[in-house]
Amino acid sequence: MSKKKSLLKEAPLLEVKNLETAFDIDGTYYNAVDNVSFKVKPRQIVGVVGESGCGKSVMSLSIMQLLPKGIGKVKSGEIIFDGISLEKMTEGQINKIRGKDVSMIFQEPMTSLNPVFTIGYQLQEVLFNHTKISKREARLKSIALLKSVGISRPEKIVDEYPHQLSGGMRQRVMIAIAIACQPKLLIADEPTTALDVTVQAQILELLKEIQEVNDMSVILITHDLGVVAEMCDEVIVMYAGKIVERTDVDTLFYNPKHPYTTLLLGAVPKMDEEEERLSSIKGIVPSLTNMPKVGCRFANRCPKAMPECFTTTPMLADVDQGHEVACLLYETSKPREGVK
Amino acid sequence: MLKYAFRRILGMIPMLFLISIIVFTLAKLMPGDSLSGEIDPRNTNPQYIQEMREKLGYNDPLPQQYFRWIGNFVQGDFGKSTRFKIEVSEVLSERLPNTIMLGLTSIIITYILAFFMGTYSGRKPYTFGDNLIGGLNYLGLSIPSFVAGVFAIFLFSFTLGWFPSNGSVDIGTTEGTLEYWLSRFHHVLLPALVLGLLSTASYTQFLRNDIIENSRKDFVRTARAKGTPERKIYNVHILRNSVIPLITFLGFDLVAIISGAIITETIFTYPGLGQLFLQSVGTRDYPVLMTLTMLFSFLTLVGNLIADILYGVVDPRIRLD
Ligand SMILES: Nc1ncnc2c1ncn2[C@@H]1O[C@H](COP(=O)(O)OP(=O)(O)OP(=O)(O)O)[C@@H](O)[C@H]1O
Ligand code: SF4
Ligand SMILES: [Mg+2]
Repeated sequence: MSKKKSLLKEAPLLEVKNLETAFDIDGTYYNAVDNVSFKVKPRQIVGVVGESGCGKSVMSLSIMQLLPKGIGKVKSGEIIFDGISLEKMTEGQINKIRGKDVSMIFQEPMTSLNPVFTIGYQLQEVLFNHTKISKREARLKSIALLKSVGISRPEKIVDEYPHQLSGGMRQRVMIAIAIACQPKLLIADEPTTALDVTVQAQILELLKEIQEVNDMSVILITHDLGVVAEMCDEVIVMYAGKIVERTDVDTLFYNPKHPYTTLLLGAVPKMDEEEERLSSIKGIVPSLTNMPKVGCRFANRCPKAMPECFTTTPMLADVDQGHEVACLLYETSKPREGVK
Repeated sequence: MLKYAFRRILGMIPMLFLISIIVFTLAKLMPGDSLSGEIDPRNTNPQYIQEMREKLGYNDPLPQQYFRWIGNFVQGDFGKSTRFKIEVSEVLSERLPNTIMLGLTSIIITYILAFFMGTYSGRKPYTFGDNLIGGLNYLGLSIPSFVAGVFAIFLFSFTLGWFPSNGSVDIGTTEGTLEYWLSRFHHVLLPALVLGLLSTASYTQFLRNDIIENSRKDFVRTARAKGTPERKIYNVHILRNSVIPLITFLGFDLVAIISGAIITETIFTYPGLGQLFLQSVGTRDYPVLMTLTMLFSFLTLVGNLIADILYGVVDPRIRLD
C-alpha cells in the first residue's frame, strides 16, 4: 500500500483530457466517448469497467490512434503520453511509438493474428520495427519472449501458424508481441473475455507478473470486478461513453458512490455466471444514435433517479479527495453558476 | 501433398471413363457420320458405301465400336482425321503450340493487369482512379468476347493498323529467328487481350474487394498497433492474404481459356485448338472432335486439381492429405 501511495505524487505517464471520439453513422458523427479525462501514473494498473457498448474499446483505440479509418475519429481533447501529444501526430510519428512505448492487447485473440504468417514472423516484426537487430538475434529473442509468456516448446511454436494454436496461446503470443519492446504502457482490452475460465486466471497472472518485472503501467479493461479487485490500483467506471466514477480500488469496493457502480458491485457475487454478471442490471446501454441529449444518461435505468436527473447533466467532480463521481445525488456534480 | 495429388489423379480415371462414354454417345447421336469424308468421292455406288460401312465397322454393335475406339484411344491412337486425312495426333500437335502460346500470354497479361489495377483500387477505394478502373471493368464484364473481338479487330487492326487481324505468324518469316518470335507475339497479343478480358475484369474487382475487406480485419489493427508502416501493411499483411484466392484461380483459368479460345481463335482466325474444334463441328470430323472433347475434359479436371493443390501450397491453413 505504501508503494501505491508514493505513486500518487509522480507525474502521470498518460494524461487524457476531455477526449471525444465519434463515429460516422449515416453521415452524422455520434460520440462514443464523451468528454473523458483521466491519468495513468507510472507502474499503475488502472481498471476500466462498464457494460458492453459503453465505450471502453473505443477509448483505448483512441489512445492508440487505431480507430477504423474514415469511420471513427478523435473529435477533440488531448492525449498526452510521456509529455507528448499523441492526437496531433502523423501516422509516421505515431508508428514510432506504437508497439514500442505503448502497446495493446485486443479482445479477440482468435482473429488478431495474421493467419498466413508464422508466429515468429509476427513477433519479430515488432522487433524489426523498433530496434536494430539481426535476423538471428530476432529469432532467438522471439523464442525467449514466447518462453517468457509461458509457451512451452517455443522453438517449435515460433514456426507455426496462428490456426495451430488455441485461443489462450494466441493471446499469450499477443502479449509477447505487446511486451517485446518493453513498453511503458500496456493497454489490455478485455484480454481474457474470449478465453475459458481456467485460462483467464493464468493470463491475468502473467500480465501482473510482467507488469511488476517490466515496471510498466497497464490500462486493464474488463467486465469483471473480481479481476479489478485482484489486479488494479485505480478504477474508472464508464457508462454510455462517459466516466461516472473514478477512484482507488479499495474505495470503490467499500464506498461506491454512483448508483451504477453500486449495481455493478451488487451483481458480482454470482461467481459462476461469468457472462451474466453485468447484464443483470435491468435495461440496456443506449446506442450512439439514441443517447439522451440532456440529463443523466443512466436515468432511465437508475433506481434512485429523481426528476431533475432527466433535465440536468451531472458533472464528474471530486466528492472526496481522489474520488470523482458524476451523479446528481451529490452536490458537487450539480452545475454551478457560469458553468454549463 | 504428392500422395494427395496421386490420389486425385487416380480418381480422375473413372471420371474420364464416364466422360468418354458420354462423348462417344453424343458423337453417335449427332446427325450423320464422317463416312462422307472417308469414301472415295468418285465412287458413290450404294453398294460400295455399304461395303465401306461394313469395313469401317460402322455396322458393329455400339458397345463394340466404343471399346474399339477407347482401346485405341488409351494407346495413343486417336484415329485419323476424316477431313485432313492424317493422324488426329498430328493435326493436334500442329495447333497445340499456338493455343498454349495464346493461353499463356493471356494469363500473363490478365494477372499483370488485374494485380496492378486491383491493388491500386483496393488501396484507394472510392477515389477517381478506383471509379475509373471499376467502370472499365464493368464494361469488360458486360461485353461478350465475340463483340469485343470484332471491335478490337475493327479498331486496332483495320482502323489503326497496329495489330494483324488473323493468323499466328507472318508468312515468310523463318522459324526460330527473333523476327519469327516477334511476329508470333505480335499476332497473339490482340486475341490474348480479348481472351483475358473477362478474367482481367473479374480478377481486378475481386482483388479490390478482397483488399478492402482484409484491410478491415483485426490482424491489420494488430499490425498497426505494432508500429508497422501503412505501406508494409498493404504490401505484405493484406496482399499476402488477398493473393491466395487469386493464385488458385490459375487452375480454373485453364478451363476458361479453353472455352474462351473456341470463340476468340475463330474470330481472329488463329490456328489453334479452339478454331479447330469449331471447324471440326462444321465438317463432322468426329475423330478430331472426340479427341478434342476428351482433351478439354481432361484439362478441366487437371485445372481443378491444380487449383486445389495451389490452395494447399499458398495457404498455410489448408492441409492436403
Ligand atoms: N466501428 C464502429 N462504428 C460505429 N459504431 C461503433 C464502432 N465501434 C464501436 N461503435 C460503438 O461505440 C460504442 C462503444 O463501443 P465499444 O466497442 O467501445 O464498447 P465496449 O465498452 O468496448 O464494449 P465491450 O465490452 O462489448 O467490448 C458502441 O455503442 C458501439 O456500437
Ligand atoms: S444522476 Fe440521477 S439518474 Fe443519474 S445516477 Fe445519479 S441518481 Fe441516478
Ligand atoms: Mg470492447
